[in-house]
Amino acid sequence: MKVLQRASASRYGLATAYLLAAALLAAAPLFTSDFRLNLLAKFLAFAIAAVGLDLLWGYTGILSLGHGVFFGLGGYAMAMHLKLQASGGKLPDFMEWSGLSKLPWFWTLFQSFGMSVILGIAIPSLVALFLGYFTFRNRIRGVYFTILTQALVVISVTLITGQQAFTGGTNGITGYGELFGYSLAAPEMKIALYYVTAAVLVVVLLLSRFLVKSRFGKVLRAVRDGENRVRFLGYNPAKFQMAVFVLSAAFSGIAGMLFVLHVGIISPSMMGIVPSIEMVLWVAIGGRGTLIGAALGALLMNGAKSVFSETYPEIWLFFMGALFIVTTVFLPRGIVGLVADGWHRLRLLGRRRKGVPEHERSRYSAV
Amino acid sequence: MNDHVILRCEDVTVSFDGFKAVQGMNLELKKRGLRFLIGPNGAGKTTLLDAVCGKVKPSGGRIVFQDGIDLARRKEHQIAELGIGRKFQAPSIFPTLTVEENLELAMRQKRGVLATLRTRILSSERKLIRTRLEGIGLGGKGTLRAGGLSHGEKQWLEIGMMLMQEPSLLLLDEPAAGMTDRETDKTGELLQEIAQERAVVVVEHDMEFVRNFASIVTVMHEGRLLMEGTMDQVQADERVAEVYLGKRREATC
Ligand SMILES: Nc1ncnc2c1ncn2[C@@H]1O[C@H](COP(=O)(O)OP(=O)(O)OP(=O)(O)O)[C@@H](O)[C@H]1O
Ligand SMILES: [Mg+2]
Repeated sequence: MKVLQRASASRYGLATAYLLAAALLAAAPLFTSDFRLNLLAKFLAFAIAAVGLDLLWGYTGILSLGHGVFFGLGGYAMAMHLKLQASGGKLPDFMEWSGLSKLPWFWTLFQSFGMSVILGIAIPSLVALFLGYFTFRNRIRGVYFTILTQALVVISVTLITGQQAFTGGTNGITGYGELFGYSLAAPEMKIALYYVTAAVLVVVLLLSRFLVKSRFGKVLRAVRDGENRVRFLGYNPAKFQMAVFVLSAAFSGIAGMLFVLHVGIISPSMMGIVPSIEMVLWVAIGGRGTLIGAALGALLMNGAKSVFSETYPEIWLFFMGALFIVTTVFLPRGIVGLVADGWHRLRLLGRRRKGVPEHERSRYSAV
Repeated sequence: MNDHVILRCEDVTVSFDGFKAVQGMNLELKKRGLRFLIGPNGAGKTTLLDAVCGKVKPSGGRIVFQDGIDLARRKEHQIAELGIGRKFQAPSIFPTLTVEENLELAMRQKRGVLATLRTRILSSERKLIRTRLEGIGLGGKGTLRAGGLSHGEKQWLEIGMMLMQEPSLLLLDEPAAGMTDRETDKTGELLQEIAQERAVVVVEHDMEFVRNFASIVTVMHEGRLLMEGTMDQVQADERVAEVYLGKRREATC
């Protein structure tokens, strides 16, 4: 009975925390400057990617250091659409500079906004499906899989940088400022985009929560615990691994699209090795295996980054590295794990004061 | 194939880089009944079970299940879905899931990605899990993380998972290892009970255990079938004594 009570008490606590967070998100435009709101919107987009990465890494135990690619593919899809809009029927400027005379066929797909959004989700998903099909089915996993995701980054970045005429090369795609004919820089637009991003994040969180609580989610955790055992129960782990890999790639693609709307540029450096690793750090530091932890990690780390890298740009990278080491060694469950443990301990202390017999106490701490 | 036979291994050979862990092994199992598989260390018992459940592929021979299904062509998860359950030597459960969740995943059900997304646990299934929990002596522990169970409890949980699968052939590798005498007896009784409805193969080193619960014993040695018979016949057999004694003599000097 007591265990039950405890569970429901912490559930109320959690529900209140979620409501509070939602209220804060909704009210943020009221008390932040345009500049800060834009930053926050960008971080929320990152949080979407972090949640997807957490499903893959935290829940299923598959570490990808290549999610920057999926993020970038989503970003490019949106940027290509915006660029076509900005060029108003003419050839985008960088194509002219590279001597193209006609719009490449695959660019024409991005003339419609709806199609661009679909492709911004579908292309990263298909790339993930392709990579997942050949790795998971052949039981390539662990560090070997991670290395392959890094290879994916190298290949993608090289390809995009090399095909300057089609992709804008190192400079990426920029020089646009309107969506549906409205300026992206207008304050109302900024607020609208902020709310869209916040809403997408909430939907992604709810969907992920549903997945994690479902039997599908239990199979994912079972795969993390013992892939072979899952297999001998009659599940095909490769299918589950592919499903979650594709889903997390799709989330990253969505995040990339929103990112471009907030920031107005996408370039190969934003999908490279460092951004890919950074995404993993958000999840590690926030708390892997908890959805809210991943989202919080993305917000906090990027908040800290914008504060620190404005004042001490040169030590930011070192700081981040150090933080990563500290969390992996001392806080394997990240900030959320730390908070949960602290909360648990406080409750234990309270209970001790109320005089719970020794044997009961030890049982609680074992749970 | 004969109606009453559920599994037939014909001349099965498994080799690891040229070393033949199982060579020309024959084994036939009836639809129901408890079969003990014994033999000195390295005799190839585990490898034979591995070959049946698809963990290793035999390099020769045939493994035929039910009416002519050739197991050598199937993947592990397909073999499991056909109704062959396997318990490994080391207890392997899902430590971060709760005890109940372990059983829930093992339960007989559709196991595709979409199926697991759609299902909700039915109250009848919940009841089944509860009953099974009681049966394996983990009554009050359903909501605990399985990783926190004792070694013996983990063994029980794994046996419970296998029962949830409702397999028609159950392969157990030293299920009583690490159990107390009382637990071992309980395991034996449980195995006898479930063997009334299905075929059960148990690899075991504990001769006391085998004597108490076995009807037919299969003895393996150096990857081959040495003999098959009742425990009395096996114990009276010269070659078996030699194989076991020979090993013991080697071990002492
Ligand atoms: N993956 C492998 N690679 C190479 N050799 C192996 C492999 N697995 C088993 N062997 C060898 O095959 C032989 C049979 O091993 P197996 O595990 O089947 O024996 P066992 O009868 O189960 O023994 P035990 O009673 O000790 O469990 C042993 O000599 C072992 O070293
Ligand atoms: Mg063995």
